[in-house]
Amino acid sequence: MDTYYHPKDLAHFPDIGRDAPELWSKFMAWYTAVFAEGALSEREKALIALAVAHTVQCPYCIDAYSTACLEKGADLEQMTEALHVAAAIRGGSSLVHGVQMRTHVHKLSM
Amino acid sequence: MPETSPTLLKRSHPLASADSQRQVLDQIVTPSFAEAVAGAGYRPLKARSIEVLQINLGKRCNQTCRHCHVDAGPDRPEVMSEEVLEACLNFLAARDIPTVDITGGAPELHPGFRVLVERARALGRQVIDRCNLTITRLPNYAYLPEFLARHHVEVVASLPAYGIKQTDLQRGGGVFSESILALQHFNELGYGVEGTGLVLNLVTNPVGAFLPGNQVSLEREWKRELKRRHGIVFNKLYTITNMPISRFLEFLETSQNLESYMERLIQAFNPQAVAGLMCRSTLSVGWDGKLYDCDFNQMLDMALPQHMLDIQLGELEERVIQTGAHCFGCTAGAGSSCGGVTTG
Repeated sequence: MDTYYHPKDLAHFPDIGRDAPELWSKFMAWYTAVFAEGALSEREKALIALAVAHTVQCPYCIDAYSTACLEKGADLEQMTEALHVAAAIRGGSSLVHGVQMRTHVHKLSM
Repeated sequence: MPETSPTLLKRSHPLASADSQRQVLDQIVTPSFAEAVAGAGYRPLKARSIEVLQINLGKRCNQTCRHCHVDAGPDRPEVMSEEVLEACLNFLAARDIPTVDITGGAPELHPGFRVLVERARALGRQVIDRCNLTITRLPNYAYLPEFLARHHVEVVASLPAYGIKQTDLQRGGGVFSESILALQHFNELGYGVEGTGLVLNLVTNPVGAFLPGNQVSLEREWKRELKRRHGIVFNKLYTITNMPISRFLEFLETSQNLESYMERLIQAFNPQAVAGLMCRSTLSVGWDGKLYDCDFNQMLDMALPQHMLDIQLGELEERVIQTGAHCFGCTAGAGSSCGGVTTG
């Protein structure tokens, strides 16, 4: 069965740089610097990335950062909590727009 | 006491044989490790000296960890004979090898363990005991921590995680709580405490088919968390890559991770990890006196031509190291050895 997403495609990510090597190289330098240990640990950054991967619904990123989280010492409990943080922000962001809905409704209503 | 399960040998599993393991590894298409290290300037890969005599006292163990490359467990009968043990001690006495690294199985189960420690220490050698911690909680072995402290033996203790779930998953139910009690007792004796000279290092292997994390970063976190949660202190954390051998190989096969794990190891080949490979400074002795480049080659039956009973050191010091696909486990990322990463 053919699908849009193939797990093995993740390994071909660098192919994106083939026709734009300078842009790719700048992206990779920045990307590498972002995930290096700084004020946040590598593990904390991997957990953030995992949470964001779920909100942008990127299966490649979910695979990559599930592995990265394990390799950086996180466990399933921490990874699940990170996912809940992402889910809470997604849910909360929908709900908080309800204020806009209410404001608009009140404006139109008698 | 920890829960145990039968070893591969007890289950008559095909992977109990080193031949079968090598065949499984040979079936996976990998680049040649010898070519990979040649590209890093090592053509061929040779030993540079013998700084560590690693003595594997046997395959008996009170645990059956799921990643064990030895297939050790309570049902394994193999133990080193008195004759071979004596030959190891004579070899040590005649040579200037600074470190004796005692492993197994649980090496403390060997009846000659105490004599080996006492005599190696009397020769002035640094002695390392690769301890699974729970062994010290068994009634007949409760003397061990005090004994090790008295002889200033460096303890290298296995603990896959500072949490219960991952530890018990890899090493058996009940291992974590027993390990914590053992570590607390080692601390009470001064192990891991600054200024005592009693060294307590921890070893973590990933609980699954992935590489270990950054050793420096993990050590910082482990020190903080073990202190906060259990009041435990220790000296160093070693991160070790799981080798595709024996029970970890079984896990890789059954979980259908073998190919991708090997790809991961190869993809992460780091030429800088080669210089510090443990095989370049270690001579490994099997329970039956056969000699090997490392404990992993030992488990794959890749013996050197010499035997401990007729050893000639000169030929061994600059020997060409036997390699295979499993060796990519030691050169991935920051590198891996019995002493943690091989870079930096």
